[in-house]
Amino acid sequence: MSILELTAMELGRKIKKREIGVVEATEAALAQIKTLETELNCYVTVDEEGARRQAAKVQDKIDGGMLTGPLAGVPMAVKDNICLEGRPTTCSSKILKNFVPAYTAEAVEKLIQAGAVILGKTNMDEFAMGSTTETSAFGETKNPWNLAHVPGGSSGGSCAAVASGECFYALGSDTGGSIRQPSSFCGVTGIKPTYGTVSRYGLIAYGSSLDQIGPVARSVADCAAILEVIASYDKKDSTSIRREDCDFTSALTADVSGLRIGIPRDYLGEGLDEEVKTAVLAAARELQDKGAIVEEFDLSLVEYAIPAYYVIASAEASSNLSRFDGVKYGYRSPNYEGLHDMYKKSRSEGLGAEVKRRIMLGSFVLSSGYYDAYYLKALRTKALIKQAFDKAFKQYDVILGPTAPSTAPRLGESLKDPLKMYLGDIYTIAVNLAGLPGMTVPCGRDSSGLPIGLQLIGDCFKEKNIIRAGYAYECGRKYEMPKLAKKAAKQEVR
Amino acid sequence: MGKQYETVIGLEVHVELATKTKIFCGCSTEFGGAPNTHTCPVCTGMPGSLPVLNKQVVEYALAVGLATNCSINQYCKFDRKNYFYPDNPQNYQISQLYLPICHDGWVEIETATGKKKIGIHEIHMEEDAGKLVHDEWEDCSLVDYNRSGVPLIEIVSEPDMRSADEVIAYLEKLRLIIQYLGASDCKLQEGSMRADVNLSVREMGVMEFGTRTEMKNLNSFKAIARAIEGERTRQIELLEDGRKVIQETRRWDDNKESSHAMRSKEDAKDYRYFPDPDLVPIEISDAWIAQIKGKQPELQTEKLSRYQTEYQLPRYDAEILTSSKHLADVFEEAVKLSQQPKEVSNWLMTDTMRLLKERGEEPEDLSFDPANLAKLIELVDKKIINRTVAREVFAEIFENNVDPAQFVEEKGLKVVSDEGALRDVIEEILAKNPQSVADYKAGKQKAMGFVVGQTMRAMKGKADPAVVNELVKTMLENA
Amino acid sequence: MANAISDEMIEYVGILAKLELSEEEKEAAKKDMGRMLDYIDKLNELDTSGVEPMSHIFPVNNVFREDVVTNGDDRENILGNAPRQKDGAFQVPKTVE
Repeated sequence: MSILELTAMELGRKIKKREIGVVEATEAALAQIKTLETELNCYVTVDEEGARRQAAKVQDKIDGGMLTGPLAGVPMAVKDNICLEGRPTTCSSKILKNFVPAYTAEAVEKLIQAGAVILGKTNMDEFAMGSTTETSAFGETKNPWNLAHVPGGSSGGSCAAVASGECFYALGSDTGGSIRQPSSFCGVTGIKPTYGTVSRYGLIAYGSSLDQIGPVARSVADCAAILEVIASYDKKDSTSIRREDCDFTSALTADVSGLRIGIPRDYLGEGLDEEVKTAVLAAARELQDKGAIVEEFDLSLVEYAIPAYYVIASAEASSNLSRFDGVKYGYRSPNYEGLHDMYKKSRSEGLGAEVKRRIMLGSFVLSSGYYDAYYLKALRTKALIKQAFDKAFKQYDVILGPTAPSTAPRLGESLKDPLKMYLGDIYTIAVNLAGLPGMTVPCGRDSSGLPIGLQLIGDCFKEKNIIRAGYAYECGRKYEMPKLAKKAAKQEVR
Repeated sequence: MGKQYETVIGLEVHVELATKTKIFCGCSTEFGGAPNTHTCPVCTGMPGSLPVLNKQVVEYALAVGLATNCSINQYCKFDRKNYFYPDNPQNYQISQLYLPICHDGWVEIETATGKKKIGIHEIHMEEDAGKLVHDEWEDCSLVDYNRSGVPLIEIVSEPDMRSADEVIAYLEKLRLIIQYLGASDCKLQEGSMRADVNLSVREMGVMEFGTRTEMKNLNSFKAIARAIEGERTRQIELLEDGRKVIQETRRWDDNKESSHAMRSKEDAKDYRYFPDPDLVPIEISDAWIAQIKGKQPELQTEKLSRYQTEYQLPRYDAEILTSSKHLADVFEEAVKLSQQPKEVSNWLMTDTMRLLKERGEEPEDLSFDPANLAKLIELVDKKIINRTVAREVFAEIFENNVDPAQFVEEKGLKVVSDEGALRDVIEEILAKNPQSVADYKAGKQKAMGFVVGQTMRAMKGKADPAVVNELVKTMLENA
Repeated sequence: MANAISDEMIEYVGILAKLELSEEEKEAAKKDMGRMLDYIDKLNELDTSGVEPMSHIFPVNNVFREDVVTNGDDRENILGNAPRQKDGAFQVPKTVE
């Protein structure tokens, strides 16, 4: 078995027991990156030198007893919309191509304190707008299970890297499903925490009221441990929530007896791929067999989440992204006449089609005469959706369903019809609108070998319920690496 | 006889709050400083940065709202105002539109035509923009974000004013209230208080308002008065010509005494306000309001009447002394140390005002330590110096904040009351002026005045006039 | 399409968003936005009368900073990414006519 097939926690334990060195693990990941990147393109920036330096430093601290946590020394990757001091942070956009932040995001800061070795910054849909990682200005990332398919998005680089051993875990961000959907497509586990659990300071905003940073890893246990580290009350983020219950690993009990699980019938209807449905229902039965109480129910309002989301997220994005103007940082067009022309040219040349589409939509729905009809209407819909979930969580501890209606589509298929692509987020988007925690756990593969994801949704602040259910489901399963990655991974565990 | 017109004026007054730090970050608000040295990721709109509200901003805004009889929105929020301009690093300004912190208040003003209440529509909190400097060499502009994120309140009046006099009285009133609260120093010249004038005209007796224009770039009370007159005339001329006033923003050029429209096709004036998702709402409890009310310092109107009763000052003097919070502070501190309100008042009303006027300065610019004024009064009181010398010393205090006792000592300005020394001087003068002695003996009192004058001159003003008088009289009689 | 987006509207939104679109892009944008708005109009099926618009999910209020200076001079870093700078300031095309 290769080092690269270990989960983050397994590797952390071996590092602690001096069975594997931090430098050795880092070199293994860097070697895997070298072998696979030409095909997969998971990273925008790989920081070999920085990673090596950090690995040596972390090893010293572990040896000196200064670092004792479960993630100390484990090499990881950071989505490229999360700031890292002194390293390029591009959001996979031409407009931020040479942007080097002067500060590190709070979540990354926490990981560094816990002994993370950062390998680089992962590819994504430009400004996290997209579901395929094809809108990146630096080329699409490919699905390690089948190179003709997308890895999902927007955290496609993080998820593909975790799946293929190009890192042991990664940070992603989730505004409408951007951690869960690509995790599902790549056969890895990802959590979008309750809004406000992880500081957004240093996360380059897309939809501020929806964005959350979360972990992508090879097991529920890894995700729980990572989340435990990155969850923090941060005075720099006014929407950060003070929580006392962030000991997520305490929920790794594999005991679901009495756990009430509801499956929304609305999540199993038209548009859902039969193979996905079968796999998800099989997973539900397994949890039932382990003692959970599983039943179907009507969640309602499911079809209104996507339109409400696109109004809210686009509106916020149109404002959040107006700072990219060629004045303070990033791309400035070389040819312009006067100030406003510079704005227009820099933005038009620096931003991609999907980003422009959403900025235009967002500017429109906020503009004079449309604000009430679109923006306020969407905020009212959001309130109703939240109520529907509140009602559901009076009956159930966990809501279970598919993460996405299908497995990963072929490259080039989705962008032809943006609206159709948006509909692929139908099961994940409402979770962001309602601020809920959501997780995806691999639950098999379809007939063409592409992974299927099981989504577990909890009430606000009840990550432990979904971690409990996910962990119980995962127990006895072994992380499976895509063939091409397994072939490349040479460094055997001694 | 042409038609009679009435001018209708409403004001939008921006006031920079006296906080130590900016509204959403821990950068200093200190004035000056090399470009961009008081900046951080938040106030320069760096990607990934987030705003956190300075509590003191809310407290100052509340204090101003309460002192201007406003109702408080006990649940208020910040909204984003979206527009592109380089002085605005995020290309949106964080402001309040939907739920401003204060609304529906008033202040009372007094002009030659009597007392009047001016309504306050609302007061909201917002962030200031950076500064743009035109670079002549390269024909470009340079952006300095030191002012970006400095907290402001915008006080929006009702269209209740009818003349430049009323506008000035209203601004003076706001300035006094805010200065007394310590919420801002309200200096028009330095831009810590700025007023935009909304003005329309209508025929006398007509109920509906005319179309208004907004005038910007008004840096002094005089400029405001001139701009009001200029815009009133311009609008009346348009109407008399049968043309229409266009609703627009105009920039006043005080040198040319004229305004021009600020228009751009790139400027859609559609600010797409929406609640800022990065900031949480503010809930203002009754207890918080009570606490702010409890902390409210004595305001000008209260001081004005107290000075008349407690210090027995004439109303006119009390008005001048309280016309600036700083001047009142100097007064009270000097009184506390000297226990001589009338004396302190005299120094401030006469010499201080004269020196300020000579320098073209405002009472806010006074920089001497009130203790030095108190010491000066004591020196005069103890007859260590006489009044003539005292005025010289005061000029030094005003200019260089000198310690009067030390200054008098160093310069040898003490009153000479040593009779022996004086006697020698007088004897010498009498010897040189036998005619004066003769005149005095012949009953001409004027001769004594001449000798006293000569003595004072010889003593370079340092002699105590009373002592000199007494001595000269005795010596003349005995001569 | 129920929501036909006019040329003027696309032009106007372009001004608001500071985006310059080619003729081709404009046509695509008109189509995309119209389709998207048709889809968003689905929200009109919902009766939301009496429902308060929900900006923040959690009723968290009053998050404040104390008025204490915490930042020093960080100009070098702040200007580090400027496309053009001069004399410690960000350089832009002239802003006054």
